Amino acid sequence: MEVKILTEHYDKDEYVTLKGYQKNGGYEIIKKALKMKPEEIIQLVKDSGLRGRGGAGFPTGMKWSFLPKNNEPRYLLCNADEGEPGTYKDRLMMERAPHQLIEGMVISAHAVQSKKSYIYIRGEYTYPYKVVEKAIREAYDAGFLGKNILGTGFDHDMDIYRGAGAYICGEETGMISSLEGLKGQPKLKPPFPAVQGYLRKPTIVNNVETLACVTYIVKDGPQVFRKNGTEKSPGTKLFSISGDLQKPGNYEVALGISLMDMIQMAGGLKPGRKLKAVIPGGSSAPVLTAEEAQKAKMDFDSLAAMGTMLGSGAVIVIDDSQCMVDILSVIMSFYHHESCGQCTPCREGTGWLDKVVRGIVSGQGRVQDIDLIETVAKNMMGRTICALSDAAAMPAISFVTKFRDEFEFFVREKKSKVKGDYKIKGLSDAQVHH
Amino acid sequence: MFQLSKEGLSFVKKELTRYEDKRSAVIPALYRAQEEHGWINDDVIEHLAQVMEIPEAHIFEVATFYTMFNKQPVGKNHVQVCCNISCAMAGGRELLGSMLEKNHVGLDEVTKDGKFSFSKVECLGSCGTAPMMQVNDDYYENLDQKKVDEILRGLK
Repeated sequence: MEVKILTEHYDKDEYVTLKGYQKNGGYEIIKKALKMKPEEIIQLVKDSGLRGRGGAGFPTGMKWSFLPKNNEPRYLLCNADEGEPGTYKDRLMMERAPHQLIEGMVISAHAVQSKKSYIYIRGEYTYPYKVVEKAIREAYDAGFLGKNILGTGFDHDMDIYRGAGAYICGEETGMISSLEGLKGQPKLKPPFPAVQGYLRKPTIVNNVETLACVTYIVKDGPQVFRKNGTEKSPGTKLFSISGDLQKPGNYEVALGISLMDMIQMAGGLKPGRKLKAVIPGGSSAPVLTAEEAQKAKMDFDSLAAMGTMLGSGAVIVIDDSQCMVDILSVIMSFYHHESCGQCTPCREGTGWLDKVVRGIVSGQGRVQDIDLIETVAKNMMGRTICALSDAAAMPAISFVTKFRDEFEFFVREKKSKVKGDYKIKGLSDAQVHH
Repeated sequence: MFQLSKEGLSFVKKELTRYEDKRSAVIPALYRAQEEHGWINDDVIEHLAQVMEIPEAHIFEVATFYTMFNKQPVGKNHVQVCCNISCAMAGGRELLGSMLEKNHVGLDEVTKDGKFSFSKVECLGSCGTAPMMQVNDDYYENLDQKKVDEILRGLK
């Protein structure tokens, strides 16, 4: 059930090098693409229905067409800040196939007529950083980057920039702030980055996987791309599957696959365990119960119809040995830590959610705290510059409504319904939930 | 007073012209200073501000915004254990607790011999190989107690 298109050659070590990439068909499509008119490529991407692979699922071709129709310099920014808990697919792509990303970026840069691109990579990804940096040098030496690429008259420079450990820099305007050398605080939209982005110049921000897809769309055409996936979520996608499974890992599948098939693909649950819940799209996505998971299809619209989201494609599978109150406390402490602090509902709200959930999980919860979580969370939605506040609120609401019995039990009995009076040795309560 | 090494200084000077705006050099400069000094304090910020001709306040706000800049001394081996969802579910927090106990040190503190410091860290993108930790720049994945003991014993 895996459909290996992007990942076809990932098991070959040579694929990481320029020579190995070329041996397996790499840097062929760039030759064709650079001879095409930019608007032809944009049309192909529009026709393919490609949707952003970073989390929001916004149509890529449409994003590109928001650029002003003039000769103003514009930037292409590759979002390699992969930070959504549960997600580790871009890391794989950069470690195994850096040239696939570079080829996709040069083709995309030609489409949007950008002479300069940056790959913004999260600071912790030291190894992929080195791999991509080396690949960029190789690509310059081979004439796939720089002046007059392949004699087509197209100039393009590429550089890589390291973040320094801030989840919010994965938000495109936060990333732009960070690349500008500022705190990674998101900016008000509009203006959208395509109109005013990096240094107030038009900027297109696309995820690693999105940019890699562009090469295949130019290569085979939109119809072949659409052979996989659904009408509104075409193509294949890499899913990072983790949690209580026998064979967690990155799997490339056609969008629209059933969640239960995906769980089977990842080796199924551990012996003797029962499915309790699934987080289908990274920590921001509302959790699904086991019953809902039976019916879930993994594409943008099917999951949206179930009140959750595909997000970055990070599937976290939770079995009956886990305590949902404990997991929510982990998620809330994360968002509290990562809120950039500029909008009050998020700065205060993530703090309150963290504090209230922590209170319950350390045995000091009150009955009214369960409703308080929901009230606070609902007041955090749709009121801030970026989506982090909503991203914290959504899991909170879904956990307390769908697994209310576990929260009520914890408040009443001062211990976990699943794990009992469990304490982590060597860490105080405050440290566990810090 | 902290001062960048000669090589560090020329690195920072180069970074100042590498990007469209010189402020973009602040993060790379902080990384370099941290490599040389271990952590970022007021001395480091003052020095970078002079060298880069960028206000101290600006460098300070960047240094304090980003988690990867250490605002206090760390051990020679800075061990960061992921305690986010998949790693927490797989026992990451228990491993961190055992490391603190075995090394007789508190969270975010440095052992007496200066060899280790242990911190919690948010998701590092190794969820399929949980639990995991990062020691300085290197990832260690699919951990269990035995593996952690071996890794820490092998570190100088």
